[in-house]
Order: sequence, then structure tokens, then C-alpha cells
Amino acid sequence: MKKNMKEIIVCCSTGCNSLGGQEIHDELVKCIKEYNLDKTVKVKPTGCHGFCQTGPRLLINPEGVLYVYLKKTDVKKIIEQHLIGGKIVEELTYKDPVTKKIVQKRDDINFYKHQVSITTNHCGKINPEDIEDYLAVGGYESLKKVLKMKPEQVIKEIKTSRLRGKGGAGFPTGLKWSFLAQETNTPKYLICNGDEGDPGAFMDRTIMESDPQSVIEGMIIGAYATGATSGFVYVRAEKPLAASRIAKAIEQARKYGYLSDNILDSGLKFDIQVRKGAGAFVCGEETALMSSILGHRGSPRPRPPYPANSGLWGKPTNINNVKTWATIPKIIAMGAENYSKIGTKDSSGTAILCLSGNINNAGLIEIPMGTTIRRVVYDIGGGCPNGKKFKAIQIGGPSGGCIPEQYLDVKMIDTQIDFKSITTLGAIMGSGGLIVLDESTCLVDMARYFIKFTQNESCGKCVPCRIGTRKMLHILDKIVMGQGSYEDLDELESLAYTIKNASLCGLGQTSPNPVISTLKYFRDEYEAHIKGICPALVCKNLITYHISPEKCIGCGLCAKSCSVNAIKGELKKTFQIDTNLCIKCGLCFSSCNKNAIYKKTGGK
Amino acid sequence: MNEMNDQEKPHMSDIDKTKIEKIIRDYMENDGNALTILQSVQETFGYLSFEVVEHLSEEIGIPLGKMYGIATFYAQFKFHQRGKYIIQICDGTACHVKGSMLLEEFITNELGIRPAETTTDKLFSLEKVSCFGCCAIAPVVFINKDVYGNLTPAKLRRILNKYRKMSIPMKKNRKVKKSKKVKKSKKVKKVKKVK
Repeated sequence: MKKNMKEIIVCCSTGCNSLGGQEIHDELVKCIKEYNLDKTVKVKPTGCHGFCQTGPRLLINPEGVLYVYLKKTDVKKIIEQHLIGGKIVEELTYKDPVTKKIVQKRDDINFYKHQVSITTNHCGKINPEDIEDYLAVGGYESLKKVLKMKPEQVIKEIKTSRLRGKGGAGFPTGLKWSFLAQETNTPKYLICNGDEGDPGAFMDRTIMESDPQSVIEGMIIGAYATGATSGFVYVRAEKPLAASRIAKAIEQARKYGYLSDNILDSGLKFDIQVRKGAGAFVCGEETALMSSILGHRGSPRPRPPYPANSGLWGKPTNINNVKTWATIPKIIAMGAENYSKIGTKDSSGTAILCLSGNINNAGLIEIPMGTTIRRVVYDIGGGCPNGKKFKAIQIGGPSGGCIPEQYLDVKMIDTQIDFKSITTLGAIMGSGGLIVLDESTCLVDMARYFIKFTQNESCGKCVPCRIGTRKMLHILDKIVMGQGSYEDLDELESLAYTIKNASLCGLGQTSPNPVISTLKYFRDEYEAHIKGICPALVCKNLITYHISPEKCIGCGLCAKSCSVNAIKGELKKTFQIDTNLCIKCGLCFSSCNKNAIYKKTGGK
Repeated sequence: MNEMNDQEKPHMSDIDKTKIEKIIRDYMENDGNALTILQSVQETFGYLSFEVVEHLSEEIGIPLGKMYGIATFYAQFKFHQRGKYIIQICDGTACHVKGSMLLEEFITNELGIRPAETTTDKLFSLEKVSCFGCCAIAPVVFINKDVYGNLTPAKLRRILNKYRKMSIPMKKNRKVKKSKKVKKSKKVKKVKKVK
């Protein structure tokens, strides 16, 4: 950036676009021209800044002032007051939901303060659709460095960094690469697993949308180290922007000669193709994913043979997650030794998590391995909104589990977001979706939700997963409806362990985790349901809606919104809900401006 | 799944065969496979049908059973014509925690359609998607390419009304097109009788 130049960074990734990010960008470009500022101000569309909740947003550099929750009409105000007048538009800056204080600068916001960005260091800083931008921040320098090394040295470097696969299983990447490098059978293939199917996870999408060249560079380095000649990026169909950006990035990389028959005159030959998934969760499993790339049904198969021996078309193949590939160039750039110093003894580097659910600051975060959950939830996330009580976190999606509050409070041995400690609590790190649950979340409903999900996504190949999860769902349905018994809980538990031990692939083996962990830490909630009480006021069959006479002002809005005419009353007098007619759709609840409608459980 | 009357089913005669042939040629040249071909066909025509799958299987030489197995395995493939506005409710964890179930029930009550169904006027289709990855603004609903976040049933009602209003002038324009469509379907019937 030249002196006296200002740079406006607008987030244009899926999260912000959905709230109007692209519109803000277009309006900004238009207005900058109108005000003849195009020589001193540069507008840059970038990928995700991480703090998706506050979108649409823009950052003005070099001051580092952040404007959040923008509307199209705010653009002119920012130009006139900030860019021309030199005065910060205070009402559009970020207000901390906990301290209620205004924070003008991005770097002073608690959400960013406690993060360490390595894998995501370019996200939200460069234009993902322009390779020049990537080159300007040192892109492809790592590749040049690697090409001067021997392939064995590269693998050694990755081993030294102690990088583990970031897709969930945490297998050491260097070791995985060495398996492929040892194979003599050719051709060899590389796959980038971008089939991010875990509900509640959007890290891979964000990286592919915000920094696709890093993924490509990582794969080229991998190709050099292992002797692979072609690669595939498998992207989920539900993430169209990620797919189009990575395809665009590949095209640009080809144009610049980074993907060719003779990359940078080193004799290295490598090319990448994009394959779109078609909406099957099980395709995130490596053998199923390969089957899908070949155009078949995405059914997993038992291992061995492992992909390194027999993968795509029976040839040696190596699969790594998007985040792992994107980390490779950064490790080479910063040095493996330095990378291995971050994090804990067992797992080095950083964890990339998606923080969402009932939390003040939701978004994508990157933290050193070993950070406590408390720090993530309270220091970065700002705790639960509306003063509600924290109940648990759900980590690892449908394969993970719920971790209750008491594990945030243990001193010295605070539960850590680390491959080892999370598993000891019955959850898994998974791909890193972290959902915060407060007192208004019913954990039995939550467990049912996940079982329903895996039941739906089960490919049907093995019996424990196909029939076992269905049986579990039946029992959970019963419990949620208030028709469960104590024997059901025992049967649920025994089924869970059978599925865990007898299923064919990872999807089946981990599918009972949500039930096992909630039964372990929240058994009382299951028992309450058997007694006909849903403490969180979620399960429809166990709750009734009522109107509080103290709060009701008799406006009649609820009666108007009711689709079954279950609410009756006279204007300016307290309205009443006929619980026999009420279908519990929640329309009145969300349309009442005075919060006069409340839910009750167990009092039939 | 395929509970539709004959009129709704796309017939091969309705579908531009040259387009399909082009797709097959493109993918044969770029070592594509059954999955990528099905994806392109759906992208071009909006949905698949048994007849199209049958035709593809003959052309590519993959057994029909296998082809159909692939098409039904993946959630992305649809076997019915969808409405003008496709409402996709995200059922990710964050959305579920924040009440996506209520949104689904609301739409079912309001429009009389359950997931994977289309209203009789062909205006709205309802679909459930496992996660869009917009968890920070949950619960989320996509209507075609527009995204709506932080929803409640009351907010969703307003949004649906907006789409209904939008479709009114559209319907006027549609009259011309509709008459063409009617003609087409008559043709189809005639062809069938000849058969």
C-alpha cells in the first residue's frame, strides 16, 4: 500500500454476502468514484474476516477501524465523515456485548485479541480471486523454498513441525506423506478433502473462499514431496462459492505456471481438478470420498488396504483436509521448529474452530492447541447472550459429544481443546465445529437431532449403523414425546455401545457419541423427560404456551398471527391461549413485542 | 418420491437431447463419470427423471441399476420439478439450537408442504439442507439464492409474503408462456397416443 493511501476491506464471503456484503462493496465502489476518491482509496473485496456475526462489515486501513452491521445507506456516511472528514463514525463501530463499550479498532476487539492466526493468516486480508494479491503477501515463496530441498527433506520438515491432520482424526501428516512417498506404484494421487459435512462447521468453506491459493500451494508442495502427479479437490455441493473460487484459483495458478508440466522449471509435474460432492455426509470419510470421485455411490469400504497403497483407481493416494493443505505453505514459511513450538506437547500448532450457537460473538477462530474451553467461550466468544446460563458445549458435530460446565471450572487441569483431552471426555475434536448451548437447549432433543442426522446419512452398508441408529431414534422419539421409560435408557445405552463397536466406518462408530456423552453428563434430563418434563422448554409434546396477564397489553398481535385461532380475547384486555387448540408452532411467541408469552412444562 | 402424474414427468421428447449429448461428450473427453454427468444434467434441466437416467445409462454404458443407485444415493439429485422459489431450510446444529424446527413447521402449516414437496401452484418448494455453514447467523433459510438469517417464524411469514407479492405480476407475464406450455403438453399427449 502506498503512503497516504487508504484501503477499505469488505468481506465478501458467504456469511457476509447473505447479509448484504456484496451490495455494500458495490455501493462503496460506486460512491468512491462519485466522490472522486479513487486515487487515494482502494476498495478490496476479501474473504472471511472470521467474525461473521457482525456482518456486513468493512475495515479501513491503515487505521484499522472496523464498521459493523452495515446497511447500504451507511456507506455514504462513512465516506463523508471518515474518509473526507477524518472522523470515526462511532455509531457504526463495534459495541462489546458484555462490557457495552465501543471498540473502534479491529485488533482491540476481544474476539480477535486472543487468537493466533497461522492457517487463516491471509483470510480477510487478500482478494481471493486475484493471485497477484496472494503473491504480494509472499504466496508461492514456500514452494520456491521447497523446490530447492530434496523431497525427503520436505517430509522431514513436516514431521518436525508435528503437524497433525486437521480434519478430525489427527493423524500425523508427515508420516502419512512418507507412506505415499515410499510407494513405487505410479501414478500417485493427492486429494484435498473439502467435503465439510458436519453441521455447524464452516472452516473449510471459509479457507477455500478466502485463501484458495494456499490450498493449491500446499498441494503442490505435497506433490513434490510424495511424487504425486495429479490432485483432486472435493468440494461440497452446498458450498457453491467455495467451489467456484477454488476453480478460479486453479485456473490462475495454471496461467502463472504453478500448475504445469514443468513447475518453475523444476521438472515437477502437477495439476488439480475440482470435483463437486452431491450432498452425502458419508463422503467425508476417505474411502467413501474416493468412491465418489470415481463417480460411484459414496459407500465406505473396510481398511486395509489404506489409500496410500490402493486409492483412486487402485493407485497410491493421499488424502488431507483443506485446513491441513492450507497450513503447509505457512509451516514452510515460518519454519517447522517455530510451528512445533506453538500448542502443547502432544499436538502442535493451532486449532481452527467455528464458534456458534447461543454465544455473543459467533464466527471462525484460530487458537493455539491447548487453549481452555473457558477462554474460547468467555474471552473470545463473550459468553451466552441475554444473560442466559451456559449449559454445555457440543464439539465434533454428529460424531462428537457434549461437554458440561463442570469441565470448564476444573483448575489446573482445565479441559483443553486438544486431541487428547477432548477424547477423554467422550467427545472428539472432529473438524472443529463448536456449538455453545445455554439453558434454553434441550440435550435430549439435541441427541435426537444428531441420531436423526446420522440415521439419515447412513449409507446402509452395515447393519449396526443402518438399523441400530434407527432403533435408537425410535427410543429417543419416544422419550422426547414423554412416553419413555427407564428401561428405554438402558436399551439406548446398550445399543449405543454395540453400534460403536460393530460399525464398519468412522461414521457409524462415532454416531452414538452424542447419546453416550449426554447420557453420561445429563442423565437427569433424560429422566425428567420420562416424568413428562422438558426443563429447557423445547420438546413440543411436553410444553404449553401461555400469556402472562402482567405483561400482556392486549394488542391482539398474537391472535392475529395464530394460524389455528387458538388465541382469543378482547383488545386492551389480557388474551388467552386455548391449549387444546394450540399447535405449538411458536408464531405468537415470536410475534409478541412484550415477551408476554411464556412456555410451561409438565403442568398438564 | 415419484408420486406424480404423467403430465409432470419430463419426457425425453420434452428434453433437448442435443443438450444431453453435449454434456456426455464434454465429460467423456475430460474423463468425467456418472456423477459429474448427472450433476450437469440436473444443472441444465433442474431435475432428473427415470427416463433421463435410462437414456444416460444407455449412452454411457453404465447399467441402469447402478446409474439409478448413484442418482438416488446423493441428496443433491431431485426427481421432480421444483417450484419457482425453492425454500431451503438449514438444519445444521446451530440452526437447530436456534429453532429451525419451528421454521419448518411454520412453512408446513402456512404452505401445506413438507420437505421435498412443492405447492400445487408450483410457486414454492421446501427442502431441508444439512448445513450451509452460515452458523453465525442461525437460523438460516435460503430462498433460491437469497439468504435470510437470524429468523423467527414471524419474520419468515413476512418474507414469504414478499415472495408471494413478487409472483403476482410474474403470473400476468406468465400467461403468455403458460399457453405455450399447454400446447407442448398436448403435443406430448398426442405422441403418447401414437405410441
